[in-house]
Amino acid sequence: MAEPLLKVQGLEVSFATEEGVVTAVDGVSFDLAPGEVLAVVGESGSGKSVTAMTLMGLTRSPNARFEGTAHYKGTELISASEDELRRIRGAEIAMIFQDPMTSLNPVQRIGKQIIEQIQEHEGLPDQQALERTVELLERVGIPRARERVDSYPHEFSGGMRQRVMIALALSCNPSVLIADEPTTALDVTIQAQILERMRELREETGAAVVLVTHDLGVVADIADRIAVMYAGRIVEEGTLDQIFYDPQHPYTWGLLGSITRVDKPRPARLPAIAGLPPSLANRPTGCHFRPRCPHEFSECSKVPPLEARLQGHPEHRDRCWLSVDEKRVKREVLPGEIGLASKEHQPA
Amino acid sequence: MATEPLAEQPGLAGPAAWELEAEREHVHGLGPWRLGLRRLRRNKTAIAFGILFVLLVLACLAAPLWAKHVAHTTPDANHLSDTIKLNGKTTNVVGLDGVPIGPTYKGKFFLGADPNGRDIMVRLLYGGRNSLMIGVVAALMTTVLSVVLGVVAGYFRGWLDLAVRSLLDIMWSFPVLILGVALGVALALGGLQIGPITIGGDSLIIPIFIIGLVYVPYMARPVRGQVLALREKEFVEAARAQGAGPLRIMFSEVVPNLASTILVFFTLLIANAVLLESALSFLGAGVRPPNPSWGTMIDEGVDRIATAPHLTVVPGLMLVLTVLSLNVFGDGVRDALDPRAKVRLER
Amino acid sequence: MGRFIVRRVLQMVLVMFAVSVLTFLIFNVIPNSDPAVRMAGRHTSESTIQAIRKEWGFNESLPKQYVTTMEKVVTGDLKSQFTQLPVGKEIVKGLPRTFSLAIGAALLWMFVAICFGLYSAVKAGKFADRFLTIIALIGISMPVFWIGALMNYYLGFKLGWFPNGGYVEFTKDPIGWFYHLILPWTALAILFVGFYSRVLRSNVLDTINEDYVRTARAKGLSERQIMVRHVLRNSMIPIVTLWGLDFGAVLGGGAILTETVFDLQGVGQYTAEAIGQLDVPPVLAVTMFSAFFIVLLNAVVDIMYAYLDPRIRLQ
Repeated sequence: MAEPLLKVQGLEVSFATEEGVVTAVDGVSFDLAPGEVLAVVGESGSGKSVTAMTLMGLTRSPNARFEGTAHYKGTELISASEDELRRIRGAEIAMIFQDPMTSLNPVQRIGKQIIEQIQEHEGLPDQQALERTVELLERVGIPRARERVDSYPHEFSGGMRQRVMIALALSCNPSVLIADEPTTALDVTIQAQILERMRELREETGAAVVLVTHDLGVVADIADRIAVMYAGRIVEEGTLDQIFYDPQHPYTWGLLGSITRVDKPRPARLPAIAGLPPSLANRPTGCHFRPRCPHEFSECSKVPPLEARLQGHPEHRDRCWLSVDEKRVKREVLPGEIGLASKEHQPA
Repeated sequence: MATEPLAEQPGLAGPAAWELEAEREHVHGLGPWRLGLRRLRRNKTAIAFGILFVLLVLACLAAPLWAKHVAHTTPDANHLSDTIKLNGKTTNVVGLDGVPIGPTYKGKFFLGADPNGRDIMVRLLYGGRNSLMIGVVAALMTTVLSVVLGVVAGYFRGWLDLAVRSLLDIMWSFPVLILGVALGVALALGGLQIGPITIGGDSLIIPIFIIGLVYVPYMARPVRGQVLALREKEFVEAARAQGAGPLRIMFSEVVPNLASTILVFFTLLIANAVLLESALSFLGAGVRPPNPSWGTMIDEGVDRIATAPHLTVVPGLMLVLTVLSLNVFGDGVRDALDPRAKVRLER
Repeated sequence: MGRFIVRRVLQMVLVMFAVSVLTFLIFNVIPNSDPAVRMAGRHTSESTIQAIRKEWGFNESLPKQYVTTMEKVVTGDLKSQFTQLPVGKEIVKGLPRTFSLAIGAALLWMFVAICFGLYSAVKAGKFADRFLTIIALIGISMPVFWIGALMNYYLGFKLGWFPNGGYVEFTKDPIGWFYHLILPWTALAILFVGFYSRVLRSNVLDTINEDYVRTARAKGLSERQIMVRHVLRNSMIPIVTLWGLDFGAVLGGGAILTETVFDLQGVGQYTAEAIGQLDVPPVLAVTMFSAFFIVLLNAVVDIMYAYLDPRIRLQ
C-alpha cells in the first residue's frame, strides 16, 4: 500500500448527555490511500457517521470529547484549530450528506451556494466562479445548467439535489470525498444513477472516497476496501473480495445475508439479525456483538483485538475470537446462503 | 452547559434524533409528564419563581386579615383628616398640600397612603385579589374557548374550520389592546346581556369577559394546528377504526395530548391577562374605580408621581413581580414539557 | 409572483370588510343598551340622544346602520361627541407624532433584539445567556405605562437628563425631536426587545441544527459567515412577519399608553383621552383604522415573505 493520504489512529468520540457519557466511536483506526474508495458499513448507531463527521470537525461541541489522531497531509485533524480545519474543509476534504432535501440552504440559489465555497477557498472573481459552477453542474448531469444555477433547491427533485451536493463537494477538487449515506434518501433507480456518476467522477478526479453506508449492496460496485463497524468499533476490515467472499465476523455474515441477491434463490423470508443494536450509553462488555451473536462462547467476554487472523492476508483483519476453521463451518450452516443462522430462517 | 440533544449524531439533531431519544426515554419507562417534572425540578429558577407566585397569591388572599388585624381599616375607608404618630411626632395622613404620607413600614399605612387617605398596603392586597382573579378567570375562559374552537375546527375541518379560522383571523387583525379598549368603551355604559344574565358596566365580569375574549385567537390557532397533526396519528386512526365517535375521540384521544400545550399557555395567559387588565384599567376601560386593582392604582398614582412616587412604584412593582414569576415559571414548564425545547434547556 | 400579489390584495380587501363589520357589531350591536345613549356619553340630555339616534340611523335596519356608520368613518364626517371636533382631522394631525414614536421604537427594538438574541444563542446555556433571558423576561413583564412613567419621573424630572415629556416637530428641530423621543422609544422598545430576542434566540438555535448549516460549515466558511449568511437570514424570516404585525399593533395599541405617559399628543393620546371620556366616535374610528392598517401591513409582510423565502410563492 502506498503512503496513506489519511491515517486515522485510535479515534474515540464521546458525548456528555443527560443519561451520562456516551461513547459513539470507540478506538477506530484506518488508512486511506490516494484515489482509493473505502466503504464504512454499519447499522445506524454504529458510529460510522460520527467518525466521518469528526474527520471534518463537524462533531465538535462543548459536550464532545475526542481521543486519537487523524493525519491528513501533515495536519492532525482532531486537534487542529478551527482556522486550520476551515482551510481543509471543502477544499481538501469535502463531504456529501445523506439528505439532499435539507442539506442545501432553502433560501439561497444553488449557484450561489457553490460559488460561495469556490470563492472562499480560491478567491476567484464572480464570473470565473460562475463558469466553474456551470461546468460542475453539467459534469454531475444537471441539464440546462446555465439556467439552473439561479434555481432554488426546492425547484429540484431529490436526485437532482444530490447531484448539486456532489457538484458542491467537487467544486474545489478535493483529495478526499466523504460521502455519508449519499443515496439512502433516494429512490432505488436514482440511487444507481448517483452511484454511477460518483464512480465516473472519482475516476476523472482521482479523489479518494470514504463512503459511509448501512447498505452493503451499495458498495459492491464501487468500493476497493470495506470496514464494517458495529457499536463504535471496526469489527472487520478487508478488500471488497475478502469481505464478500470470505467474511470473518458473524456480524458481517448477517449484513451480507440481508442483501437481496439476484444470483441466489430468494429465501422465503429475508434473514435479519435478531435483536437490537446496543444502547450506546450501556454497551455489553467484551465483544459488543455478543448478545446478538448465535455463536457466543466463553472467550467473548473479553474484547477481541482487531487483527489479521488469516494466513497470508495481513490487510484482512477482524474482531472475533472464533478460529478461522470454526468460522468457515459456522457461516456455511445454511446451504446456498451466506448468512447468519436465524431461527426464523426457512431454507428455500 | 447547553445540553446537546443526542449522543449518536450531535450534528444531526433533527426530528429523527428526537424520536430516537423519545424511544429511549420510553424504554426507560418514564412518561412525558414524569420526565417533564424531573426536568422542571432541576430548573431551580423556575421553581423559585413558581413559589414566589404562590406566595403573592396567598398574600392577596389574606388581604382581609391584614386589613382587619394589622392596618385596622378597609380598602375604601378614607382617612383624609386622620393623623398618625410617627417616631413620636404626629403627622397628617394627607398633608395640607394634598401630599399623602409615604411608607411607614408599620402596621398602619405600611406602604403609605393615597391622596384620599386610603391605606396603600390594604388596597394593594385587595387590588391584587381583583387583578389576579381577573387574570386567572380570564385565562381560564380563553383556554376553554380556545380548546373548544381549536379542537372542533381542527377535528371536523371543512366549513366549520373555515368559519372558525376566519373569525379568528378577523379578531387577530385587531391589536389586543385596541380590541380590549373598544369592548371596554362599548360595554362600560349599560353593561352586557348574555341570554337572561345582565351584567352591569361596573362589574368585574366585564374586564374578565373582554380579556378572556381577546386572547382567544392567540391560543386557538396553535391548538387547531396541533389537532390537525394529531388527528392523522395512528392512535386516532385506531380509535376511529374501533368505532369511537368524534366526541369520544376528541376528549379521550386528542385533548389529553394537548395537555402540555394547554398548561403552558394557561400560565402565560394569566401573566398576559394581568398585564392587559392593568393597561385597560389605566386607560379607564377595565376595572372601574373605586374598585381597586393594580392598574387603577397606577392610574391614580401617575398623576401624582412628582409628589408621591410610591403611589406608582408600589402597585407597579407588585404587578411586575407577579407577571415575572408567571413568565419565568411558564417558561420553565414549557422547557420541561416540550421535548423539542430541550435544545434550549438550560442547566 | 404577480398572481400571488393579486390574490393577496383581494384577500386583504375581504378581511378589511369583515373587520369593519366586526367593529360595527362591537359598538352598535353587542352591548346591552341603546347605542344612542352610549354614544351620547355620561352627561347628556334627551334631545342630544334623539339627535344622535337620527344622525346615525339607529332606528333603521342593521345593514343600513352599517352603511351610515361606514360613510361617516370614511368621509371623515365623524365628530367627537365630547369636543365636537372632526375625528379624521384629529387623527391626521397626530399621525406624524405616532409614526415617529412607532418607527423609532421598532428600529430600536429590532436592532437591540438581534444583538441580544444572537449573543444569547451563541452563548446558549452560559451565564450571559441566562442573564439575558432573565432581563428579557423582566422586559416582557413590565407594563409600558409604568416603566414609562418611572423613566419620565426619574430620568426626566428628577435627574433632568431628558425632557420631561412633550414633543418637538422634526422639521422644526430634528435634534430636539430626537431628544424628546429617546425615552418614549426606549420605554416602548423594552417589551418588544424581551419578546423578540427570545424568539430570535430560539430560531437561531433551531436553525443552527439544520442540515444546511452543517453543509455551510463543511464548505469551510468561517463561523461569522455561517452565522450571517446562513443562520441569521433564515432565523430572521419569521421575525420579519412578526415585526410588521407588531408595528401595526404599536400604532394601534402601545402608542396609546406610551404617548399618554410622555405627553406626545399623537393619535394614541387622542385615543386615550377619548377612552377616558367614553367618547365612542374617536374610539370607533381608531379601532377600525388600526385594524385596517394591520391587515394592510399583513399583506405587505406576506408579499415580502414570499420574496425572502422562495418556497412560499409555490403555495
